[in-house]
Amino acid sequence: MKRFNKVMTALVFLFLYIPMIVLLVASFNSGTDVAAFKSFTFSQYGELFRDDSLLRLLRNSILIAVLSSFLATVLGTMAAVGIHHMRARLRRLVLTATDIPMTNPDIVTGVSLALLFAFVGRLLHTNSILGFWTLLIAHVTFDLPYVILSVMPKLGQMDPDLEEAALDLGCTPMQALRKVVLPEIMPGVVSGALMAFTMSLDDFVISYFVTGSGFVTLPVEIYNYTKKPIQPKIYALFSLMFAAILLIMVVMNLLQLRDSGARRGRPQHDGRGAETN
Amino acid sequence: MRNRLLSAPYLVWVVLFTVVPLGVVFYFAFTDSITGRFTLANMAGMATYLPIIMRSIWLSLISAMICLVIGYPVAYCIAQASPTRQKFYLMLVMLPMCMSFLLRTLAWVSLLEDTGIINNFLRALGLTPLPLIRTNGAVVLGMVYNYIPYMILPLSTVIMKIDPRLIEAAQDLGCNNAMVFRRVVLPLSVPGIVSGVTMVFVPAVSTFYISQKLGSTGTTLIGDVIESQFKAAYNPNLGAAMSLVLMVLIFLCVGAMNRFSGTDGEEVMAP
Repeated sequence: MKRFNKVMTALVFLFLYIPMIVLLVASFNSGTDVAAFKSFTFSQYGELFRDDSLLRLLRNSILIAVLSSFLATVLGTMAAVGIHHMRARLRRLVLTATDIPMTNPDIVTGVSLALLFAFVGRLLHTNSILGFWTLLIAHVTFDLPYVILSVMPKLGQMDPDLEEAALDLGCTPMQALRKVVLPEIMPGVVSGALMAFTMSLDDFVISYFVTGSGFVTLPVEIYNYTKKPIQPKIYALFSLMFAAILLIMVVMNLLQLRDSGARRGRPQHDGRGAETN
Repeated sequence: MRNRLLSAPYLVWVVLFTVVPLGVVFYFAFTDSITGRFTLANMAGMATYLPIIMRSIWLSLISAMICLVIGYPVAYCIAQASPTRQKFYLMLVMLPMCMSFLLRTLAWVSLLEDTGIINNFLRALGLTPLPLIRTNGAVVLGMVYNYIPYMILPLSTVIMKIDPRLIEAAQDLGCNNAMVFRRVVLPLSVPGIVSGVTMVFVPAVSTFYISQKLGSTGTTLIGDVIESQFKAAYNPNLGAAMSLVLMVLIFLCVGAMNRFSGTDGEEVMAP
């Protein structure tokens, strides 16, 4: 049984990584057909950095991802602190609303926002308001639950006496928040922000519905590309993004490791800290 | 308790961009595209799409089941590993989720194509090439491939939390390994199974890219119909009606599953 599990795990990981290996190999292929490896080359990478339109799309994607994850982190962290102090009934209601973009399929979120923007556009008598701002709004909307759901558990784990003590010792609520609460929940804030950033960088479905021709992100353009034969430099871009995301994940893991290490060194209040090990 | 006010901007945001848009979907679904008057025609039009709706449910249920069967051993293996290894395995599971699913699906196209990698390989071995792409099987494969991480993650979280003393107790009381699994581990992993099946089923039933790339005109799904209403045929009212049907469908399926398991599986969704 144990061996069966191990073999199965190896097979599933192989299955998960085969297409990625295909793409990584394709980025070094001098031919255009992925199925036939002609000869080894770095020229796709060179091509990539000479392609201004592709670099502009990448810049658009990063711009939206940075702005939306920043906004979502600020709004979401504030919201989480607020929700944490709410009465149970109200809190349940707000968390249900927070769950909507998580439980709804992306296509429904995309369509609902697209319809909202179409509706507002009709009211304003403009042809189309789709573009940078609608894209930013949509991204912040689907980023927010990730931030809130990653900050809320940290607030739950925090000793409530800490905040009270700060208030007793003369902190204003804002000071207590900044000096006591925020440092405590920081790991949750950071991992929420990183999650929001990667979600937003890679989002295709929602962006596809709320974007206009004026401002296009990389995944949307890749979708448009794939209707025509794909350019091999896209594979080079994929490989670079793979490396970047690998780096983000390693950093995230190290942060978590440090966080749980720090917590282990401290007396436990509720015995929940151990589960993050 | 001024802290509560901190959530005010978020509440405004949620109402404006999450709750109101759902209302707008309702509005569009029940109005005529030209006159803007109330109509049930969009909803009545759903009848013609019934085979497509059934196919979407069928293919995504099959995918969810395959994900469960092949994902469970992986989740179990991860849960049994040492903490450092666990971190590494979980990273391996999550990494593909962060990469462009468009390109990864496209990689499957070049694997499965008639002149693709697999068929080239078969030819080199002197075997006859297989018709792999543009089949229901290819669509299911695409779904399983893209969404299996959503099965493994909640499952492994739940299995990790199972108290090892329960397993020891069962062994002490005379259970063999198969019985321990069937009577202790499996029942305790039900919340993970429910949330995993949900998290695979929901994106699978609403996908349009996978069926466009790996399927054919015979494998059109609900997502394809919605997409074409917005991007090709431009009938947002029909698209809205379809989205509404999709939402209700998912609501019913997820509700039925939660009822069946007696949990709401929410606490296992957070990583």
